[in-house]
Amino acid sequence: MQKNKEWRPNANLVNLNLRAKMLAEIRTFFQERNILEVETPLMCTSAATDPYLKPISIVSLQREALEEQKFYLQTSPEFAMKRLLAAGSGPIYQICKAFRDGEVGRLHNPEFTILEWYRPGFDHHDLMDEVETFLGTILGTPNAERLTYEAVFTRLLGFNPHHASLQQLKDCAVSEGISIATDVANTLTIDDWLDLLMTHSIEPHLGFECPVMIYDYPASKAALAKIRPGKPEVAERFEVYIQGIELANGYHELTDPEIQLARFEDDCRMRETLGYLPIPIDLFLVEALKAGLPTSAGVALGVDRLLMLKHGTYEIQDVVAFTIDRV
Amino acid sequence: MAFYSTNEFKSGLKVIIDNDPYVILENEFVKPGKGQAFNRVKFRNLKTGRIIERTMKSGESLAAADVVEKEMQYLYNDGERWHFMVTETYEQYEINKSVVGNSAVWLKEQDICMITLWNDLPLTVTPPNFVVLKIVETDPGLKGDTSGGGGKPATLETGAVVRVPLFVQIGELIKVDTRTGEYVSRAKE
Repeated sequence: MQKNKEWRPNANLVNLNLRAKMLAEIRTFFQERNILEVETPLMCTSAATDPYLKPISIVSLQREALEEQKFYLQTSPEFAMKRLLAAGSGPIYQICKAFRDGEVGRLHNPEFTILEWYRPGFDHHDLMDEVETFLGTILGTPNAERLTYEAVFTRLLGFNPHHASLQQLKDCAVSEGISIATDVANTLTIDDWLDLLMTHSIEPHLGFECPVMIYDYPASKAALAKIRPGKPEVAERFEVYIQGIELANGYHELTDPEIQLARFEDDCRMRETLGYLPIPIDLFLVEALKAGLPTSAGVALGVDRLLMLKHGTYEIQDVVAFTIDRV
Repeated sequence: MAFYSTNEFKSGLKVIIDNDPYVILENEFVKPGKGQAFNRVKFRNLKTGRIIERTMKSGESLAAADVVEKEMQYLYNDGERWHFMVTETYEQYEINKSVVGNSAVWLKEQDICMITLWNDLPLTVTPPNFVVLKIVETDPGLKGDTSGGGGKPATLETGAVVRVPLFVQIGELIKVDTRTGEYVSRAKE
């Protein structure tokens, strides 16, 4: 017999009531803008290839005996929603669960609630405007401050991230008091160091007076965003921060099927290099892009974190009925 | 040897870093919207008590430290070593002065202490939260002064020096909080 099973919910009933109320407010926001609510599968035969995401795979017990058919719980509903856009859905939104293995902490639970919406005809600046209005409506926050990735590094750490050398980044981490084992530090790439400094020395300072939106990321951090040529070339991507918490990530969406396929393949090669398990590429998405994805912008927002910010709770456990340690 | 991945980190877990045993105090998972995830971890060195913060790449592992806590009765010291016994098994441990450290002044024969063992070697000795000790030296003070204001130093039978109220005299027993080193009250045998 297992001992001490905590059957009670993490979150108190007051917070669960507030969750229901906030979800209703979110739906009203989109309904008033004629954005269609959709539902897409959480269980698919492929998943995000991003090497830093760990999808959870599941196997049907019936099928296991017959053939190996694996499904993946989605790390976000992005691919399926883009297939709807390509099919002519117009503006759409979805509130659903998403799954990312191993992400456990004050701001993370492996199963969490995501709000994702897409706006055909928008670019990332148009969508930042709408996210600003959304946050004003749900959280009552003032207008956001918008800073490029370059500007935020220059302001807080005093150097240009687009031209930083490995040594410069290491030195900066040392002067910021970040202690990391030498053998691990030696495996970090320029991109890893930028992520390290972002999470340790920049994020905790962002968004205390008003929301902060960081945009125009280095091209190496494009994920599924369009890359805008120039010197330097940048990814048309943005992130939203409130009270030191990363709340949302948006793109001016990549629409080119060739580039999309090449990025998937790059991810797969990187997964192999890092010794991670391979993830099948979503060829449905590639086909949809070939058929034509309208120029659009999309954003994904953490609903649990939104609720934490709305009601000033300290950790995700306060707003989720049952976190991973109670399932 | 067992290993713990950053995914399994939680406060209280005992691990080895640079050949020393540590306990995890705090573990924060941090990840930019896209990109490499890290764990910011606070550890306490179980030998020195020093607290360190380390950033680890998520998925890294640390070896588990075989650290246990045992209740033992303090028997006596021979000047070099302090002798303790597990009362259920009569198993005895000799503990060096360097390990006993500042706890020495709170150790009274027959008191039950908490001993932290790493690979069965004593790491720390934690005395009971409250001990009763006899005053062996203090200024006589003014008779009849019960105001309690001010106070005076008093040396106890174990060598500890604590601040006591003026009315407390040589030969009396007092109760002391070992976590703060502060006088609590007079005590009876």
